[in-house]
Amino acid sequence: MSAPPDAPTVLADSRDVQPEQRSTGGVLAFPAIFLLVTLLFVPSSGVLIMSLTDYQFGMSGFAYVGLDNYRAMLSDARFLNSLTNTLRYVGTVAPISILLGLGLAILIEAQGALRGLYRAVFFLPVTATLVAMATAWEVLLHPSFGLVNTALAGLGFDKQRFLTDPDIALWSLAAIGVWKMVGYNTLLFIAGMSQIPHDLYEAASIDGAERGWRRFTLVTWPLLGPVTLFVITITLIRAFSEFETVAVLTNGGPNGATDMMLYTLYEEAFRFFNIGLAAAISVAFLGFVAALSILKVRLFDRTARYV
Amino acid sequence: MILTLAAAVTLLPFIYMIAVSLAPTGALWSGSLLPAPSLDAARANYAYALTEVPLLRYMANGAFVCAMILVLQVLVAAPAGYALAKLPFRGRGLLFGAVILALMIPIQVPAIPLYVALAYAGLLNTYTALILPVIISAFAIFLFRQFFTSYPDEVLDAARLDGFSELAIVWRLMLPAAWPAVAAFATISVIAHWNDLYWPLVVITDTDMMTPPLGLAAFRSNGESTGNPGALMAGGVMVTAPLVIAFVFFQRHLIRGLGIGAS
Repeated sequence: MSAPPDAPTVLADSRDVQPEQRSTGGVLAFPAIFLLVTLLFVPSSGVLIMSLTDYQFGMSGFAYVGLDNYRAMLSDARFLNSLTNTLRYVGTVAPISILLGLGLAILIEAQGALRGLYRAVFFLPVTATLVAMATAWEVLLHPSFGLVNTALAGLGFDKQRFLTDPDIALWSLAAIGVWKMVGYNTLLFIAGMSQIPHDLYEAASIDGAERGWRRFTLVTWPLLGPVTLFVITITLIRAFSEFETVAVLTNGGPNGATDMMLYTLYEEAFRFFNIGLAAAISVAFLGFVAALSILKVRLFDRTARYV
Repeated sequence: MILTLAAAVTLLPFIYMIAVSLAPTGALWSGSLLPAPSLDAARANYAYALTEVPLLRYMANGAFVCAMILVLQVLVAAPAGYALAKLPFRGRGLLFGAVILALMIPIQVPAIPLYVALAYAGLLNTYTALILPVIISAFAIFLFRQFFTSYPDEVLDAARLDGFSELAIVWRLMLPAAWPAVAAFATISVIAHWNDLYWPLVVITDTDMMTPPLGLAAFRSNGESTGNPGALMAGGVMVTAPLVIAFVFFQRHLIRGLGIGAS
């Protein structure tokens, strides 16, 4: 897989190939090709075209407007606020959930009997329905009776309006985001660590790096490199794509304090029907995710081996 | 010590969700950390979520939609993965490039034209709207290709001599042999589509057609739930339970599946 995409052709062509196999290959792949084109490539190109026109729902014609939609996007106060919030959210959630995931993975690996139990616990947020868990967090963070505020009051602190105070709301969503992503990252790191050959640790111990920090810097960390890069890209993409907590808990409020990119895109496209602006945001979103995905796909195969 | 604390924080919303779903609303104001459960309140909360909110309908919708998506994804992706792995054909390199490209496009990008097309076809608020746009999974094609490539060619040649068609080879030899990949993909697909909010929110407004996350979000936001957090949490428990329980049984596949890189 580290070979270029067309490498398998060489391998298969070197064998005797019946002519009918040649045509069946195309036939078997046809449904997938057709659907990739109609459901993904054509509509994605459509968005690109829409972003350069003044198309609106229900309009029969449209005109080319060049980069007007992008200019409008870059001077749109809501978009700029939403982009800032998204970057602050990603800048908080990604490093915390990655470092915490790595730390927990190291601690869990050092555990004996309870390893399986911890793994199961940290996996729960990955499978759980985020909309349901968001509402559970909302009750936990309730300004008057929520457990978090009850605990704060018990410890002598002021109660907080976690989701309605504009200074706090984004960080409350970030905390929920960290909660959601730490488990997944932990498991990816554990999977990476479990693939490190044992003799490397033995070799390290002969060199005097018996345990602890030295062993980590000498063996674990360098060999976790590909997994770490993979975790970083996937966490950045997931954090950048945050939607549920915003849509369910805050609707971007109070006063735009928690507005984020995908929520802005959703509202502009499907609530306000500002198609030009929404198409431009889609393209910007695609640009960010694609850039990270290129990195992810390149690491894809190397990581798959570890898991 | 740190691990125990982290595990407790991870479990906290689950525990609280269950506790509130079993307690009367008044118990939330008691000032204790967890509200005291009562059988009557539990019955009332769950009954409300199941009857006043058509939660069973949402869950049936979710189950049907997820099953259809998964079956169609595999039906489309497995032959393509096989063709990419084992059959030379013109444009194969191009298709593989297209799969890699498709892996980079998030579902929200083609959403506007897909919405317009579904609206013109009169298909908003239908199962088709929920299922059709996601039946092509580049990830599935990629994954199946990976697994199929290592399948021994001698077995394929023998099967062909025995009169297996290429399609029969896919369904009767390749897929069973790639069972770990199928299980891993199935878990990823079901988790993603059972929990998805974005696309259902775009194409569904009709209560009867809602999926669990959308139905729950609608229940939360239409104000019915503000006086009744117990019923909302009961709904949350019931929507979350199937996947969490399934996870206990399929833990290995799940971890493997998510590990190989779905986003």
